Amino acid sequence: MIPGFGLALGITFAWLGIIVLIPLGSLFIKAATLSWADYVHTITSPRVLASLRLSFGASLLAAMVNMVFGSIVAWVLVRYSFPGRRLVDALIDIPFALPTAVAGIALTALFAPNGWIGEQLAKLDIQVAYTPTGIVIALIFIGLPFVVRTVQPVLIDLDAEIEEASATLGATRLQTIVRVIIPALLPALLTGFALAFARASGEYGSVIFIAGNLPMVSEIAPLLIVTRLQEFAYAEATAIATIMLIISFVLLLAINLLQRWAEKRGQK
Amino acid sequence: MNRGHLIAGLALLAGTTAQAQSIMLLNVSYDPTRELYTQYNKAFGAHWEKTTGQKITFQQSHGGSGGQARAVIDGLEADVVTLALAYDVDAIAAKGLIATDWINRLPQNSAPYTSTILFLVRKGNPKKVKDWDDLVRKDVKVITPNPKTSGGARWNYLAAWAYGLKKFNGDEAKTAAFVGDILKNVPVLDSGARGSTMTFAERGIGDVLLAWENEAFLAFDEFGKDKFEIVAPSLSILAEPNVAVVDKNVDKKGSRKVAEEYLKYLYSDEAQDIIGKNHYRPRDPKAAAKYKASFANVTLITIDDVFGGWQKAQKIHFAEGGTFDKIYKPGN
Repeated sequence: MIPGFGLALGITFAWLGIIVLIPLGSLFIKAATLSWADYVHTITSPRVLASLRLSFGASLLAAMVNMVFGSIVAWVLVRYSFPGRRLVDALIDIPFALPTAVAGIALTALFAPNGWIGEQLAKLDIQVAYTPTGIVIALIFIGLPFVVRTVQPVLIDLDAEIEEASATLGATRLQTIVRVIIPALLPALLTGFALAFARASGEYGSVIFIAGNLPMVSEIAPLLIVTRLQEFAYAEATAIATIMLIISFVLLLAINLLQRWAEKRGQK
Repeated sequence: MNRGHLIAGLALLAGTTAQAQSIMLLNVSYDPTRELYTQYNKAFGAHWEKTTGQKITFQQSHGGSGGQARAVIDGLEADVVTLALAYDVDAIAAKGLIATDWINRLPQNSAPYTSTILFLVRKGNPKKVKDWDDLVRKDVKVITPNPKTSGGARWNYLAAWAYGLKKFNGDEAKTAAFVGDILKNVPVLDSGARGSTMTFAERGIGDVLLAWENEAFLAFDEFGKDKFEIVAPSLSILAEPNVAVVDKNVDKKGSRKVAEEYLKYLYSDEAQDIIGKNHYRPRDPKAAAKYKASFANVTLITIDDVFGGWQKAQKIHFAEGGTFDKIYKPGN
């Protein structure tokens, strides 16, 4: 065994315990103050189910859009040299740094029927702000850097010569992309997807401004948790939080397994 | 909420370094009272310094009334709370932080000013909204915050309910359907009154804003009188925003004397004038007469008469599974 294993493992567990496990554990303990019947009743009420469907559905959709367009952005930033590239590269990180409420208010101002973009869309009879579409837009905004920043370093390592070799061996461009580039990128793409998805499903600040927050229509699960807290119903709030955690955990685990599989396949 | 905790932290920090001559007072209030208490603090600070020689450093915290009450319960060290409705003060009292008889400690239900709910419409009233009946029309979009999180929205909801009861001669089922139809015309539910004002005034959403009287006038001052009009419905509700000293906190901090005087002085001539100037309805007849012209002439019902008090109204309408939740049941 490599020396220092015991110490490193000890620090790891202590650190994870303080930062992650104890707060999450206290969540479950608080939720446990509800009886099993009350717990089930809380998490299966139509409003909670609708909000969970919305939160996870919109997050998946936003993460998928980010996976496609984020990888194109990463591709352009790595493979092409153009004036202002460094500036564009720096812009990518803005959604990381911007307070989410600011992002939410800015997006709402843009997409509201009297905003710059909303005005044009209104002419086509499309409404974005105060609908679930608005939620997806906000989630795409905050999730973009996760995909770009995970795909970028892998692309840098991926030699352009491999593509050239593929071409000289007679592959078409499409074949090169599908059989050579995507398999090499897949693990990174999935990581970016998972990060963007995880971030989006818990997102609160940017969404509540643009969502409209109508129960059963545009009310996200984190908002429902906050609402329950304001009604002094702590246990019900934590019950919704635990079910969100469980769903997130299962989905992230599935993505992890998929990623493992993709890595193995890539090594063959 | 974080801001509230931050303020408490800063207050604590400043409190330990400040000299004995200076005291710290944290007023935890609801959403639209920012302007009122900024002006009142100045007046009270001068009054207190004149009588005792002590300087006061004021801290204000504003947000949805329910959330503010929860912050105090969770440990925000408010000396006084000035919230949108009695239920939220009761919630703090139920946790033992305020004596349960708080409402009788100051005159007029511990509400030094009152307000009501009015309609704010766009200039020229293009949708011809005159009364609550117009809010159920299919072509009218209504803006109100979420009654689960906003005190003002609860007053809105109950005012609509009271109108329905009168219209349908006390028929609860018809009234519920009527209020449900109004809420179906709501395209955005913000969490607080100020958020709804922004949605209506800045984003241009909706035809009618159900608003606190003072908030409607504030929209006038902020965005110009050429943009909006105030419509007074035939009937509305007398809103009594209550104030209370947070006993446990002031005893711990030793600030009881100044906190009590802070609330008592709200009933003084000077304060009542500031209250009227900020479009809240003064209790003092003199100030009320002075600002009479600036208030809408509306028939006002009270929560005690029509709903049997806040505890009952809360349980029937806003608690989990109450009439508000039923409106949003699928298939409704």
